[in-house]
Amino acid sequence: MKADRSEGHVRGERRLLTGWGRTAPSAAWLTTPDDPDEVGRLLATPPRAAGTTVPPPAPTARREWRGAIARGLGRSYGDAAQCAGGVVVDTARLGGIGPIDPESGLVEVGGGVSLHELLGRSLPMGWFVPVSPGTRLVTVGGAIAADIHGKNHHRDGSFARHVPSFTLVTPTGTHEVDQLGDPSLFWATAGGMGLTGVVTRAIIRLIPVETSSMLVDTERFDRLGDVMGAMEASDAAYRYSVAWVDCMGSRRHLGRSVLTRGDHAPRSALPPGRAGAALPVPRGPRLRVPVPAPGGLLNARSVGAFNGLWFRRSPRREAGALRPLSSFFHPLDGIADWNLLYGPRGFVQYQFVVGPEHGESVERAVAMIGRSGAPSFLAVLKRFGPGDPGPLSFPLEGWTLALDFPIGPPVLPSLLDRLDSLVAGVGGRVYLAKDSRLRPELLPVMYPRLGELQVVRRRVDPCRVLQSDLSRRLGIDGATTGE
Amino acid sequence: MNDAFGLPQTLVVLGGTSEIAEAIVGSLIAERCRTVVLAGRDAASLAGAADRARAAGAEVVETVIFDATDVEHAEGTVERCFAAAGGSVDMVLVAVGLLGDQERDEADAGRIARMVTVDFTWPAAAVGAAAGRLRSQGQGRIVVLSSVAGVRVRRANFLYGASKAGLDAFTRGLAEATRGSGVRVQVVRPGFVRTKMTVGLRPAPFAASPEDVAQAVRRGCGTNRPVIWVPPMLRWAFLALGHLPQSLWRRLPG
Repeated sequence: MKADRSEGHVRGERRLLTGWGRTAPSAAWLTTPDDPDEVGRLLATPPRAAGTTVPPPAPTARREWRGAIARGLGRSYGDAAQCAGGVVVDTARLGGIGPIDPESGLVEVGGGVSLHELLGRSLPMGWFVPVSPGTRLVTVGGAIAADIHGKNHHRDGSFARHVPSFTLVTPTGTHEVDQLGDPSLFWATAGGMGLTGVVTRAIIRLIPVETSSMLVDTERFDRLGDVMGAMEASDAAYRYSVAWVDCMGSRRHLGRSVLTRGDHAPRSALPPGRAGAALPVPRGPRLRVPVPAPGGLLNARSVGAFNGLWFRRSPRREAGALRPLSSFFHPLDGIADWNLLYGPRGFVQYQFVVGPEHGESVERAVAMIGRSGAPSFLAVLKRFGPGDPGPLSFPLEGWTLALDFPIGPPVLPSLLDRLDSLVAGVGGRVYLAKDSRLRPELLPVMYPRLGELQVVRRRVDPCRVLQSDLSRRLGIDGATTGE
Repeated sequence: MNDAFGLPQTLVVLGGTSEIAEAIVGSLIAERCRTVVLAGRDAASLAGAADRARAAGAEVVETVIFDATDVEHAEGTVERCFAAAGGSVDMVLVAVGLLGDQERDEADAGRIARMVTVDFTWPAAAVGAAAGRLRSQGQGRIVVLSSVAGVRVRRANFLYGASKAGLDAFTRGLAEATRGSGVRVQVVRPGFVRTKMTVGLRPAPFAASPEDVAQAVRRGCGTNRPVIWVPPMLRWAFLALGHLPQSLWRRLPG
């Protein structure tokens, strides 16, 4: 770790940053404030206004204010936590986990606390996070800013719903934001991709669990229509439900799926010998990818073979299997920097949602992807419950499909554009926390309540201090240059 | 901003009336490009190119007039282009160049100086100025059109070839200098391209169209490749041709 340099009042260093997909790098001044007050000073007096400057990277550099945005653990796939030429506020030191209320499960945590750290504290006491995405390595601030969802969305909604209040540092001051007290600021922040401020503290309502094991039912299906039918018929009986879909393979294999559904195991489900240690804590990563894999390693053949292997090693039908929590929720957290497996050019994750009556569009999308020949790892299919009120919150009631594509196939940009058209055409949308390439014209089509975010931004950030590569690329303020 | 595939939204073209540049502009407008600044020498040709860019779907098209023999104002031209683009630029395409008339020019010191100025000195100064601005932006791409004529010079066009060789080397050096800054610098080496600049010349083997160059540039945006050959197999052809004895090289047609 390099020592902090400092000039003016902005400490930090010039760093090249990307999202988890490792595409579109941009350089910014990365600074790690010690406390919320420092965040406040940073946003309230942007360096230019204060008469100081962000230290220039080269003698030729012009000194201009180019925005600021918060960054947690950098797990957004695209450019949401980058701010080319500006300031990126690393929330790593906004830590702290308060006591857990034994009655309500409410806990106060710093915005930079990861779900991994929180679980390390809460799980031994029998409390689990209300919404868990595919990785524990996200911060609470990021979870609110992306209004993340998990396998329980059909029952429990997305993350911000379980946050009664948070502290938001904005360029015009610090707000204690209550879900009921200031709903417009609260919900503009939930899914607002950091464009309303920096979440420095939040209260989260945890859920009680008796063990850190899961009881899981698994079923294999040869056709996409069948797995969707099974999900519609009986998802309601499970707290967690998700299907893995093969979007490659020959026409015979296209759409074959593995459906896993379950709930937290009660203590009574554990074998007698293990009941004493019912709540072991998931460990950090034990393997690490040391360097980017050579480009082209993940091609149609290797990815297809992996998908086939994944399908065949899953049981055709299995009920009530006891599984560790981490393999059910966070299968990739055991491998640090797994994104390097995609090689030097990185990858794109694409996730969309369409309404419950548009299941046929999901089948069309899978057919388009299969026909294109672009290699995609096992796709994740899930049924969302009703969406929450955030104008930029991603989930809508219906079907969501998420896929990873390595960058490389020439057909990929146009394939994704065609998928966008399909999705937008039936009133669906793509997930901004994963986006890195959406056609900007489609943003207001997919998020028709974008104006509500703009109104809140004019209130808390009239000078547009908060900007990200994502907000400029998509023209979230109505101007593509972001100036 | 550039997207995950390196495709730009805001483009500045130095030498905006070149046919190859126009093909590239068209193919980038078909993707994400909405703001285009075309800089060139001739107001009437620029206006025509600007109309075609608008017709292709660009929302903001501006033009800037400059003179590539006026090295003093290279930086000022770049500054005007960035200002016309609204302050932030995702890609700077450099397509400035003059093929010249080798036989006439090589006997005249003034013409030699002019060729080197237009094909090397002015573009190098402009690229340097653009690189500084992109660096402070923290992101952006510079694409410089070079030529295989500069890879191994020939009797028939060594004035042009030598100037391109200089610009090509400068660009590759800049690509190293900007590593880790968010700025990507790429040089494009087309072989023979069928354009108005080459009308009347006999096409060399592996001749390409402006659209082929445009496609190679568009795809090159998704890579970190410092050199883009058009067509790609020329890379291997020149690996071999570079080792030919001069006595054989001299006799090759084209």
